[in-house]
Amino acid sequence: MNIHEYQAKKLLQSFGASVSAGVPVLSPGDIDAAVDTLPGPVYVVKSQIHAGGRGKGTFKEAGPDAKGGVRVCFSADEAKENAREMLGKTLVTKQTGPAGKQVNRLYIEDGADIDRELYLSILVDRETSLFSFVASTEGGMDIETVAHDTPEKIHTIGIDALTGITGADVDKLNAAFELTGQAATDGKTLFPILYKAFVDSDMSLLEVNPLVVLKDGSLRVLDAKVSFDGNAMFRQPEIAELRDKTEEDEKEIEASNYDLAYIALDGDIGCMVNGAGLAMATMDIIKLYGATPANFLDVGGGATTEKVTAAFKIITSDPNVKGILVNIFGGIMRCDVIAEGVVAAIKEVGLDVPLVVRLEGTKVQEGKAIINNSGLNVIAADDLDDAAQKVVKAVKG
Amino acid sequence: MSILINKNTKVIVQGLTGRTGTFHTEQALAYHGSQMVAGIHPKKGGTTWTAENGSEAGRDLPIFATVAEARDATGADASVVYVPPAGAAGAIIEAIDAEVPLIICITEGVPVRDMVEVKARLRDSGSRLVGPNCPGLLTPEECKIGIMPGNIFQKGSVGVVSRSGTLTYEAVYQTTAAGLGQTTAVGIGGDPVKGTEFIDVLDLFLDDDDTKSIIMIGEIGGSAEEEASEWLIEQAAKGRKKPMAGFIAGLTAPPGRTMGHAGAVISGGKGGAEDKIKEMEKAGIVVSKSPAKLGEALLAAIG
Repeated sequence: MNIHEYQAKKLLQSFGASVSAGVPVLSPGDIDAAVDTLPGPVYVVKSQIHAGGRGKGTFKEAGPDAKGGVRVCFSADEAKENAREMLGKTLVTKQTGPAGKQVNRLYIEDGADIDRELYLSILVDRETSLFSFVASTEGGMDIETVAHDTPEKIHTIGIDALTGITGADVDKLNAAFELTGQAATDGKTLFPILYKAFVDSDMSLLEVNPLVVLKDGSLRVLDAKVSFDGNAMFRQPEIAELRDKTEEDEKEIEASNYDLAYIALDGDIGCMVNGAGLAMATMDIIKLYGATPANFLDVGGGATTEKVTAAFKIITSDPNVKGILVNIFGGIMRCDVIAEGVVAAIKEVGLDVPLVVRLEGTKVQEGKAIINNSGLNVIAADDLDDAAQKVVKAVKG
Repeated sequence: MSILINKNTKVIVQGLTGRTGTFHTEQALAYHGSQMVAGIHPKKGGTTWTAENGSEAGRDLPIFATVAEARDATGADASVVYVPPAGAAGAIIEAIDAEVPLIICITEGVPVRDMVEVKARLRDSGSRLVGPNCPGLLTPEECKIGIMPGNIFQKGSVGVVSRSGTLTYEAVYQTTAAGLGQTTAVGIGGDPVKGTEFIDVLDLFLDDDDTKSIIMIGEIGGSAEEEASEWLIEQAAKGRKKPMAGFIAGLTAPPGRTMGHAGAVISGGKGGAEDKIKEMEKAGIVVSKSPAKLGEALLAAIG
C-alpha cells in the first residue's frame, strides 16, 4: 500500500523527523488559506499522486511549455496561481503511462535553503533478509541511474533485527553521507527515528530523495516516498485509513473486497487462475501464442462459489476482454467449486465472448460434468497448452 | 531415498484445531500413513483431536500446550505451521526454541517484519524453516507435509523445487505423465523473506543418489534464481551436476506490481524474468518457454 508524500511526511514528523512546514490542499477553495499560512518568500507546490517523476512530468491540459508537477514559486501570488493551474489537471510522468493521473491533491510547502542533496532509503534486503539503509551522496537524482553508472557511490548498511540500529550503524551512515558538524549530530537523531518509523509502521520501503543538508548545516527530510507491507495492515488500522482509493483501478478495488489478487493489464484475453505462479504462467503462455492478457487474477486456494462468481464478473466488466481463459489446477481448490461459480456468474451476467476452461486436479470429473451439463457454450481444453491455443484462436480467429 | 522427509518423519501440527489445519492433517494421514503425531494449542493441552473425514476418520491425535512438550512426548522431528498470519511468526519461533530440526510454515500473509526477526533467530539455531507462504513438501508414498495434492505424485527420480504452489503441481503432474516420477517436491514459497532458498534444496538434491534430475521453478522478483545459477556453475566445476529443467513465471508481468505472491515484484529494474532465464541457461538448465512443457524440457535435458 502506498501513501502520498504529505501523509508520509506527517507520519515521519510524528516520530520526530525534521520536515519542512507544509499544508495539503484538496479543493481549490483552500489554496489561498494554505499559502497564507506559510512564511515564504519561497514556496514549493507539489502534485500528490502515487507515481514518481512528478517534477519532470507534464500536464495534459497545459501547453508544452508549461512547468512540471512540482513548482518552486517566489511569491505567495505566484504559488496561488500555480496551484490553481495544477489542481484537478492530469499529470503525465514516466511512471503514470500516457493516460496520466488526475491531481486531486496538492502539497504546498515552505521553500528550503539547500546546501547538499543526499539519497537515503530503508528497504527489505532480500539477499540478506535484513532491513537495510541505502545511502548515497548523489541525492535528487534517479537512484537506479546512480547504481548503474557509479555503483561505488551507493552504500548498503544492514541492520540486525534483534539489536536494532546501533551507534556503529549511525557512524557508518554519517560516513557514507560525508556528514560533519551539525549535520552529523542531526544524523545521530534522525537515522534511528527513520528506522523506528519504518519498523513500527510496518513499512516495506521508505525513500527520502533528497535528504538535504540546509545552508545552516542541519539535516532535513525534503521528499518522502513510503510503501507499507500489505500483509501487516491488520495491525496498522491508522495507516490503513490513509489509503487513497482514487489512485487505484476500480476493478482492483472490487477484487480486493473479495480478497482476490487482481491486476488490470492492457490485453484482450481475461484470465482466471488459481495460484499466483500459475496465474503469471498463464499470462506468459497467452503471450507465447501471440495474444496479450487483459489481467492477472489469482482466485487463491480457498475460493468459494461466491468468490469465483465475483472474479468472473470483474473479468467480464472489462470492455477490452474478447475472450476468457479459466485455468485451474485443483490441489486444494476443487474443480467443482470453480465450475459452479463460473456457471452461476454466466447465468447472472451473460457471456458475450468465447470462454475456454481447463480443469485439472481435485474433483476434475465433477467439475467437467457441471460445465458440460450447463448448456453453456464453453470450449473445453485438455491441458494448459491446449487451453492457451484454443483461447488465442477463438479471439484472433 | 528422498530429501528432508521420509516415512520415518514424525510431524507435529501447530494450528491443528483450526479448519485449515484439520483438513490438511486428515489428508496427510490418508496419504500413505504420513506420521502426524500431535497437535499444538496453548489452551487445549491434554485434549484430543479426532479426524472426521477421509480414510483415517476416527483417528485421534493428542494435543499439547507447547511444542517443547509435544516434542518430548512424541520424538517429533518436524513441525508444520497452519497458524493464521498474526501468530505465525510466534509459532515458528516457539518451534525454533524447542529445537525442532525441520519447520514448515504454510501460512500466507506473514508480515515481512516478523519474518526478518524469524530469520535472525534461525541464524544461530539448529532448525531449518521451509516457507512461509508455501505448499510444503511431499516424498511420494512416504510423507506429505502441507497442502500438495498427493494423487498426482509417483515415486521416481525427479527432484522438484519451486517458489509457486500450483506450478509445483504442474511440474509433478508432467513428470508423472513422462513416466519419471519424483523423489521429493519442495515448495519454498512466494515471500520475499523465507527460510529456505533454492541453493539449500539444490544442494540436497545433488547429494541424493536417487534424484537423477531436477526441475527448478522460479518467478519474477529478487535474485534467488541468479544466485542459484551462479552456485550451480561453481558446483559443476567441482563435478557436482545433474540434468535440470526450469521455468520462470512472469515474463509478461508489469514492473512495480506485486503479482499475487508478496515476493513476485520487479522493482528498481531488478528481478525481471529475462535476466533469470539467461542466468539459468548459462548454468546449463533447459528453461522451458511454456509452463505446459516442463516434462518435455526435462526429457531434453536428460538427453
